[in-house]
Amino acid sequence: MKKTIKMREMLKDQKGIIKRVSATGDMGRRLREMGLVPETPIRIQGRAPLKDPVAIKIRDYVLTLRNNEAGSILVEVEADQSN
Amino acid sequence: MKQKIIIALSGNPNAGKTTVFNAITGARQHIANYPGVTVEKKYGMVKHKGFEVEVVDLPGTYSLTAYSMEEIVARDFVINEKPRLVVDIVDASNLDRHLYLAVQFKELGVPLILALNMVDVAESRGIKVDHRELSAQFGVPVVPMVARTGKGITDLLDKVVEEASKSAEWVNAPMSYGMDIDSGLGQISSIIEKSRVFDKKYPARWRALKCLEGDSQITGLLKRDPELGTSITDICDDIFKHTMDTLEEEPEAVIADHRYGYIAGITKKVVKRKIELRLNFSDKADRILTNRLLGPIIMGLILYGIYSFTFWASEMPLLWFEMFFDALKNLVAAFVPSGILQSLIVSGVIDGVGGVLGFVPLIMFMFFAIAIMEDSGYMARVAYMLDRVLRWFGLHGNSVMALVVSGGISGGCAVPGVMATRILRDPKERIATLLVVPFMNCGAKLPVYAMLIGAFFTKDKARMLFILTLISWGFALFAAKLLRATVLRGPTTPFVMELPPYRAPTLRGLLIHTWERTWQYIKKAGTVILAFSVIIWAMMTFPRLSEERIQVFDQNREEVTIAFLNQQAVPQGIKDKGELKVLNQLYHGLSGDGNIEPKAQHHETLLQVARAAIWLGREKGETAPSEIEEKSLEAGARFLKYHQQMTNIDNLQQQTALKRTIAGWMGTKLEYITRPLGFEYRTNIALVGGFAAKEVVISTLGTAYSLSDVDEDETASLSEKLKKDPAWDPLQAFTLIIFIMLYVPCVATVVSIRKESSWKWAAFSIFFNLLVAYGVSLIIRQGGVFLGLGG
Repeated sequence: MKKTIKMREMLKDQKGIIKRVSATGDMGRRLREMGLVPETPIRIQGRAPLKDPVAIKIRDYVLTLRNNEAGSILVEVEADQSN
Repeated sequence: MKQKIIIALSGNPNAGKTTVFNAITGARQHIANYPGVTVEKKYGMVKHKGFEVEVVDLPGTYSLTAYSMEEIVARDFVINEKPRLVVDIVDASNLDRHLYLAVQFKELGVPLILALNMVDVAESRGIKVDHRELSAQFGVPVVPMVARTGKGITDLLDKVVEEASKSAEWVNAPMSYGMDIDSGLGQISSIIEKSRVFDKKYPARWRALKCLEGDSQITGLLKRDPELGTSITDICDDIFKHTMDTLEEEPEAVIADHRYGYIAGITKKVVKRKIELRLNFSDKADRILTNRLLGPIIMGLILYGIYSFTFWASEMPLLWFEMFFDALKNLVAAFVPSGILQSLIVSGVIDGVGGVLGFVPLIMFMFFAIAIMEDSGYMARVAYMLDRVLRWFGLHGNSVMALVVSGGISGGCAVPGVMATRILRDPKERIATLLVVPFMNCGAKLPVYAMLIGAFFTKDKARMLFILTLISWGFALFAAKLLRATVLRGPTTPFVMELPPYRAPTLRGLLIHTWERTWQYIKKAGTVILAFSVIIWAMMTFPRLSEERIQVFDQNREEVTIAFLNQQAVPQGIKDKGELKVLNQLYHGLSGDGNIEPKAQHHETLLQVARAAIWLGREKGETAPSEIEEKSLEAGARFLKYHQQMTNIDNLQQQTALKRTIAGWMGTKLEYITRPLGFEYRTNIALVGGFAAKEVVISTLGTAYSLSDVDEDETASLSEKLKKDPAWDPLQAFTLIIFIMLYVPCVATVVSIRKESSWKWAAFSIFFNLLVAYGVSLIIRQGGVFLGLGG
């Protein structure tokens, strides 16, 4: 079973595949040039001490973004994954 | 016959672009700013196989949109300057994202070479890139290399020369972005080709693409020809509606998807992965270094370590610099007759410029430590960990370094701090940061604090300094919040940032980084700061005492001297002024602040008196050593009294002179404003002088409070003096500490602020800081008085 959730809801070490980036304008452009486009696999690397920003592993590098930015990204994950 | 060509180095940040640039050009590099922006332009020359190659280091960018100043600068350079070639440096271990920029260069059509960097890192991660296949697929030459070790640099230059010998034509390789976009591109480019608004510098299809991407720079051009503009915008709108209906994506996103699709097609054939390592070294290091609990602790230790290192390492060089400037002053004093010229050179030029240059070792080591943090990749982690905190105050994760450099752990300098704000992308966040960094406790404020703490808060000196550090952070952050809520209101910029893998920095890179920044600091001392310290010197020197006034003081001295010589108890040795002069010299020589001429050594009687006087001035309630005779002791006591009287006259003269100068006049007039704070004219003069450099506050206070030759080492005596003064109490001292913490940044900082922003903001920082300082000090003083804490 797969389900689609927002990136900001993902847990540490959880993997998924980007399905949609709803940010537009400069923000959308910035996310895309950093490689956040649909069908790209990602994994949550960790979160900063105050739980924000979040660090993700994508295309063999580590990218950080704030939770509200991560909120505009939809990711498909395994539904029963709970770690 | 040498052929001259220009090539541009391009690449993502962290692709190793700077390393490649350093490896190619060595020390032969220059820095300038791109016209009108603070983006640095670095260029260097290299000769290779009969070619003179000028290498221009473009700013590191992820893309060629108009998102940031760096991107605009990079693409304007390529389009306007038409370099013979662009060398795009791509990271072999992270090829697909790095090719995103390369694809955009291909869209532009500029002759391109790919430098496939860090193949060693890629291989260690089990990633192998077939560079021949990459060249075949992507259609441009590819040179594999390891820039850190210099491997492949010659191959790259060979390839540059080889390509430069070929035709210089720009080739447009039209990419496909799907039917909808392609047809739109066709329509728009044919309109553009016919138009006269657009010059022919840019390929029409590329401009069409930028129109569809909503690029602000290109769409701005459309407004010049409304008719043409509307026809193009109509097409863009149609396509926008269409892609939103069918694909639920804006055209720009569709274009990006196709670029990545094209790249994925290539990397599938070119990149071979052995095993996917779940966690590489950097990932493992980050588990600890950015751990929710350990991360902040380690960060604190590292920042503390940087300070300890900086102060430890620069201690000796600072002393050398001080000795050098002292020697220089003595040299000037020896060759230039005393008077206005000597005073100008010694107090105006050497003290002013020397005060700034004296910090060079400290700043150099600080920059070295910061370069290590940057080059190793740790700096990005600090920004990542602190972003949430700083964002609350309207700042950005990247603001942290500027605050720390300026004195975040007390002892720093706002000048490099202001320069460190360059990494901030958003102008409002950058200006907010550079306006609040002067609130931090820089190294020049510390001696003033130390003096006042020494006088009034003797019980917990360390705790007091710690509290002051916290207070300065508090003010800096809340001032930032205030600014961001008023004059600098605006949205926070995204924190979409790469955490580069940890890397061991190269010594060469560190040294180049350190030197570049230190040099910028030194350059200031020679120009603006020189001018300002001369002005401040003049303000504290002119107008001078009138001849009549000086005569009054001279007469005073004469009277005291004659009275001394006429005394009965003066032993036979001191019967005229000549011998008094020798005695004076012996006294100062023996107490260690003067030289004794060999001739004077033979004056046994005078030597005795001088020894007695020194002993009397020092020891109390003990019997005199047997070698000092009773007679000398009496003479010594009288000499000491005489010496005291003379010093008092000198001090009074200095004080009177200072009060009559422009600075003194200002200080007196300022009393109307500063009286509610409890500052009288002497403090005001010191504060006016502190505008040149905060260290000046202490030496001026010394002069104003009648202590000749007060320098920073002798603050103890100034402390004593203030302690006894009835106008001073702990509340007054604390008010002054806070005022000094917050009031106008020093000249050097104001100049840096101007350089990083504008005169408008530099002026704003002066008034804003004064206002904050005044307001806060007023509350402290009046609140304190109200609570009965002081007079």
